[in-house]
Amino acid sequence: MYSDTPTDVGEIDSIEGVSPEELREKMLDGLPSKTMRKRAKQILTNDPDTPPEIAANSRTVPGIMTQRGCTYAGCRGVVIGPIHDILHITHGPVGCGYYSWQTRRNLAKSPEGAANFLQYCMTTDMQEDHIVFGGEKRLAEAIREAYALFKPKAISVYSTCPVGLIGDDIHSVCRQAKEELGINVFGFSCEGYKGVSQSAGHHIANNGVFKHMIGLDDHPVEAAPFKINVLGEYNIGGDAWEIDTLLRKCGISVLATLSGGVTYDEITSCHQADLNVVMCHRSINYMAEMMETKFGIPWFKVNFIGAESTAKSLRKIAQFFDNKELKDRVEEVIAAEMAALRPVQTEIKARHKGKRAALFVGGSRAHHYQDLFADIGMETISAGYEFAHRDDYEGRHVLPSIKVDADSRNIEELHVDADPERFRPRLSPEAKAKLVANGFTFSDYRGMMSEMKKRALVIDDISHYELEKLIETWKPDIIGSGIKDKYIVEKMGVPCKQLHSYDYGGPYAAFTGAINFYREVDRMLSSKVWSYVVPPWVKARKPLAVAAAEDAA
Amino acid sequence: MIDEADLLGDGPPASPDLSHCTAATRNACKLCTPLGACLVFRGVRGALPFLHGSQGCSTYIRRYLISHFREPMDIAASNFSEDTAVFGGEKNLLAGMANVTRQYQPEMIGLATTCLSETIGEDMPALVQKCQQNIADLPPVVHVSTASYRGSHMDGFHDAVTALVSQLVTDALPHGAVNLLPGMVSTADLRHLRELAERFGLNVTMLPDYSDTLDGSTWADYEALPSGGTPVAAIRTMSGAQATLELGDSLRGNTKSAASLLETRFGVEKISLTLPVGIQATDEFIAELSRLSGRDIPADITAERGRLIDSMVDAHKIVFGKRAVVFGEADLVIGLTAFLCEIGVQPVLCVCGGKTNHFDVLLRSAVPELPGDTLIRNGADFADITHEARQLTPDLLIGNSKGYGLARELDIPLIRTGFPIHDRIGGQRVLHLGYRGAQALFDDLANTLLARKQQTSTIGYSYL
Repeated sequence: MYSDTPTDVGEIDSIEGVSPEELREKMLDGLPSKTMRKRAKQILTNDPDTPPEIAANSRTVPGIMTQRGCTYAGCRGVVIGPIHDILHITHGPVGCGYYSWQTRRNLAKSPEGAANFLQYCMTTDMQEDHIVFGGEKRLAEAIREAYALFKPKAISVYSTCPVGLIGDDIHSVCRQAKEELGINVFGFSCEGYKGVSQSAGHHIANNGVFKHMIGLDDHPVEAAPFKINVLGEYNIGGDAWEIDTLLRKCGISVLATLSGGVTYDEITSCHQADLNVVMCHRSINYMAEMMETKFGIPWFKVNFIGAESTAKSLRKIAQFFDNKELKDRVEEVIAAEMAALRPVQTEIKARHKGKRAALFVGGSRAHHYQDLFADIGMETISAGYEFAHRDDYEGRHVLPSIKVDADSRNIEELHVDADPERFRPRLSPEAKAKLVANGFTFSDYRGMMSEMKKRALVIDDISHYELEKLIETWKPDIIGSGIKDKYIVEKMGVPCKQLHSYDYGGPYAAFTGAINFYREVDRMLSSKVWSYVVPPWVKARKPLAVAAAEDAA
Repeated sequence: MIDEADLLGDGPPASPDLSHCTAATRNACKLCTPLGACLVFRGVRGALPFLHGSQGCSTYIRRYLISHFREPMDIAASNFSEDTAVFGGEKNLLAGMANVTRQYQPEMIGLATTCLSETIGEDMPALVQKCQQNIADLPPVVHVSTASYRGSHMDGFHDAVTALVSQLVTDALPHGAVNLLPGMVSTADLRHLRELAERFGLNVTMLPDYSDTLDGSTWADYEALPSGGTPVAAIRTMSGAQATLELGDSLRGNTKSAASLLETRFGVEKISLTLPVGIQATDEFIAELSRLSGRDIPADITAERGRLIDSMVDAHKIVFGKRAVVFGEADLVIGLTAFLCEIGVQPVLCVCGGKTNHFDVLLRSAVPELPGDTLIRNGADFADITHEARQLTPDLLIGNSKGYGLARELDIPLIRTGFPIHDRIGGQRVLHLGYRGAQALFDDLANTLLARKQQTSTIGYSYL
């Protein structure tokens, strides 16, 4: 029987002779008092049983080198950009469009002859005239042009900072274009200055996808017994394909993955699924909630990163459908996959057991990847998200107590009602009650902290300064982060794995991906390169210097 | 492991005539202005680039520069939020400047604006003054206006160099050094330019110089700001130099360029040169170094030139008559076009991604031997380039990584030059300049064509 009951995760006492509390003090020491008070609420020693309150999703102090991006990046770059047969138009000057041109490494494959606009980056490239006199005309022209060139099924428009300031009404331009062209055209007011990070952009994107795509197509999808959507999976390095293949082996059909390697048609008909499973809680929980309210699709959190977590997630899905044949099939698949994985895991675990990792990335990856490291016996001593909220750290039970500040209030909360015709509870109240009675949780995410060691250091929106202190004091063996930290970490002699883009590697999801990851970590930790950092003549000189000092004495 | 090139898809299906489409830029061949400014500021010793605007701008520009240089690249920001956008960024700028001053103790802060702060019309000189009045230990602040709706990354680059000169240089006693303004070139180019000048015994102030800051070694100690770069003190005394060498034809007639400013304000001679790519342009550059130093050309430089010419004789049969498309920044494209003409490759299409005043005139006067039917495009994107290239049946492309899609479609090689190069290792170290750069480019080009010949050979002939 599947159960969500937590297990004991252990405790960190001191590392390299420094306790977590002392390291925390070191990071806060010397900051101006106001900044120190703010950071003190974002750097915490963990308690998995009752996670302390963390001041996540608060504004970054100006001048602090942050990992965070902007609202546009979260909307266009993360959530919607991967939909590869929609034509995306960035309304603004050239930079924003250029920088979101394939940089997330989300992959997509189209059948021969079908549209794939992933290689394509269209922007209105606004000039001074448009800033002064307005850019609506140019946008309308650009949409017409895009349609004439490619006849896409849908066109999506994204506002950048100056567009919001000059007051271009992109939504009315989109409405008119929709009427004129007879295809779906919609816009996102995702100006970079809205919200404290890219997280605001995720929410805006969820709202737009829900309003303009979800539920448009009621043509029955292919009949299959177990139909699910995977939400919050963006197919970086091919992850979604691994998950898809694995689920198919078990006999589970994925209608849509939001939004990795996905098509417009898959999204518009995915409200016919029996279940939504959520990978990245931060970027897509809004969608899961809204789809449940409107269509009655239940959701729960899964994690296909890490072998143990993948097995656990598969079992939970099987438990949900409560079908003997499916449960058996899932066990067979897990057994077969584990048989292939175990020799690699055992070999690599033997080499790296007990080594230490620290993860500062994303809104779920800093949590998910702890499981992959745990698979090979590595311990996560510190972790933090870049743009997550309190619920991603402490669990969804804190949602009612999260204070809605001015930045969050800027982002529209859609009011959603049950669809009069299409709302259909997927489980009978009795079936649901039975599952819950057995420890099964719905609509829940327990957050990162409940699964981290007691007194592990949790650091939200980590700065360069804090990262430096962590490296010099606790000497982690590997750090998982993004491109902006990677080269600093490696300059300091610590290997750094990019967990946004995967350093040109991947996939790392599911059992097959886990094998890739173990090998990748093994390669990074076993590399000889770090032993060459200090030239031999410098090493040779050191004893001489010591000798000289002794002579002088 | 997945072969990503196969999985990204083949791009949109073959499209109809694109030549009348003007409302949108499709696959741009230019980046935004503040990126160029940040790159320049990273080339000043102990300087910290700072963007007045949304943190997204600094994050995007950082991640893009890093993907080319594979080095740390810190850019601070004033982190505008919605209320900042409405009420102005003074409070954020003051807080941000105070924080970076305390944390990094920079020797200079390079402050560039963004679309956001430009659109709301921030009074930057007044804000800088406020910072100077309110922040103890604030280092010199140089500010430059870089709205991305005005120009491209190259404009941001040149404007930042001008801003440094305009705001830092003061009267100085003549010291005989030479100012060298290299333009946006690679770290290997910067090192080579310095080496060449030093071979003539010249003391040069090169601005900017990011050859160490963006191509450094692993650290023995943590460096909050990477070592290297042009010292602020050296910039201040550029007024005492005997001359300024300003590379790049796009600046030749520009009366507001940094070299022009040094000439009109301080009487320092401005010498405009084509970017020294290939033989003739390098000859001119070397001759200038010789004239300024009063020294003869060292024998080893002549020997380097000799080896280059000798290899061209050897490989003439391989490269001659090939058709090339060149794209990228104006000055590099002009230099590369001249070089291609020298080695007998026919440039069939020369493209400047940003808009450069009179690009066609500049190109034709720098490369008079350019065939009359060579197409020249100014301010073109990859949709334009693709449209033209499909008709022109080129044998190879020369330009940055963004040409990959076209190279794949046409099934021809792409020789990677310029910026950005994010799909090869060592993009930041590609040497373009001097005889040595020409040698490297020439060998790369000839060998790429040979490799191609072998790959497509039906009989597998190995003795070429």
